[in-house]
Amino acid sequence: MKEPDVFVVADNVLSPLGKTTAENFSQLKQNISGVRLQNSDISFDDFYASLFDENETFIKDGDNLYTKFEQLLIASIGDALQDSGIDTKDKKTVLIISSTKGNISLLETEQYAPDLQKRIALSTSAQLVAEYLGFTNPPIVISNACVSGVLGIITGMRLLRTGQYEIAIVAGAEVISEFVLSGFQSFQALSPQVCKPFDKSRDGLNLGEGAGTIILSTQKKYAQNIKVLGGAISNDANHISGPSRTGEELAFAIKSSLNDAALQPEDIGFISAHGTATVYNDEMEANAIALSGLQNAPLNSLKGYYGHTLGAAGLIESVISLQSLREELLIPTLGFKDNGVTARVNVCSELLPIRAKNFIKTASGFGGCNAAVVFGK
Amino acid sequence: MLAEKYITAISTISSNAVSKNEAKVFENPNAGLPEFLLSVYQHFQLNYPKFYKMDNLSKLGWLASEVLLQDSFAGDSYQSEEVGVVLANANSSLDNDLKYFDTIKDVPSPSVFVYTLPNIVIGEISIRNKFKGEHAFFIQDTFDADFIEKQVSYLLDKNILQACICGWVDVLEQDYKAVLFLVEKNKKELSILFSAENMDKIFKDN
Repeated sequence: MKEPDVFVVADNVLSPLGKTTAENFSQLKQNISGVRLQNSDISFDDFYASLFDENETFIKDGDNLYTKFEQLLIASIGDALQDSGIDTKDKKTVLIISSTKGNISLLETEQYAPDLQKRIALSTSAQLVAEYLGFTNPPIVISNACVSGVLGIITGMRLLRTGQYEIAIVAGAEVISEFVLSGFQSFQALSPQVCKPFDKSRDGLNLGEGAGTIILSTQKKYAQNIKVLGGAISNDANHISGPSRTGEELAFAIKSSLNDAALQPEDIGFISAHGTATVYNDEMEANAIALSGLQNAPLNSLKGYYGHTLGAAGLIESVISLQSLREELLIPTLGFKDNGVTARVNVCSELLPIRAKNFIKTASGFGGCNAAVVFGK
Repeated sequence: MLAEKYITAISTISSNAVSKNEAKVFENPNAGLPEFLLSVYQHFQLNYPKFYKMDNLSKLGWLASEVLLQDSFAGDSYQSEEVGVVLANANSSLDNDLKYFDTIKDVPSPSVFVYTLPNIVIGEISIRNKFKGEHAFFIQDTFDADFIEKQVSYLLDKNILQACICGWVDVLEQDYKAVLFLVEKNKKELSILFSAENMDKIFKDN
């Protein structure tokens, strides 16, 4: 039996640049970045990152009951659901949450005790968010490093294909606290300026906060919408904190996702790359893109606007790319000037009118994970 | 038609004991967790120096995978991309997160920070065995055998994978439990049908 098509119903990006997809896209078109020099309690040294204002609240009621991480999820999912007519209580509706560190910042503000262990658990947050929004099915939680967001979309697509559910709401969020920031500092992975993906002088990443949501459905009433066409995951089996030397494994995920989508490389109109602006990630990723026959497709990395939002990145960057497909306008790679990767890839450096039918979103992360997902009209 | 799928090996590590295919193969009753894990490593003569730098979650999951695959897995009969790993737990990497958080007060340690993600254990198993296929790490309150069965079945039925390790690996301080299943398409001598019920029963027996 042929699997049903999976359509995109609605989406949201909640970031320091705006509270809706439209607000975010409008800022990006004006080349406005959320990354700026931060002077914050979470670090002795100033650092570049895209962070929310310290006292910003995200939901109107009960903001004392929910952590910032949970509020971001509630607000992002809530906006995507607005006017969608979707019944979260329906047994055919499922919620998928992606994050790497969730509520870990509670370690910094609370005394550690068995109660706190439960409060930090990602399942607790997912349950609270699900209850707030009225879901009856238990939520699914994914924590798979920086591919969590893309893996969430792929998991949702597959659950819908099997017919187990008709609606999947996939959301990811990340909060930057001392825990995460100090870790990336200890790795010497942070750039002392706004990051420069794929550039010759790139020198590390910026971190970012935010949330993103994509609502997927197999229902025929959405048949005119953009589809999730395919996706795949792979592992480098090489190193837990450094990417593959060759990019072959990410290339395998890209090729598998194209296969799943029944598309050829030339069908891909643009690439939303991971592009963290670390020396090794971008080099590996460019290799993988070339190995997949996608070196001519215009490519962007949004890390110069959002920083690396970790488990939310796959969602935020997919949503912006969906908007690019709708508005026929590719957002440039802020910070990119001169090609600094060996493989010749086509990095987009200014706002580019495009007539694309499909795009691919890639991601890679610690643990050697790689992911790719294909969307199309 | 969907392919038949079998659990061709089972390993469990819990309560200071190690089992293979539901038979106890090692125990070390009074040891604390780090000592116990080291004694498992030594008992099975695994000779893999990377073991020493792993956090407890990775050690536990990696040891369980070694016991699972030893004498039970013909890695040569699969391509790297055909083998994957699907795991779940309740506490993510909190056991190691607490240890990393302790280092922040002094000098944040990159070698501890890298283990502050639950999927690193999948990375360790993949590096050891050159598994390059699909993988995923899910966080669940308690082991959801039904969900895991559906995830793994999708991967095998669609020929995305030909073999998959799946199960539960959880550590928080002195509480720990690992239950791993090797799922393949060919029936072997001791294999049982791959089903949520069979996984659930074995999980609860341990």
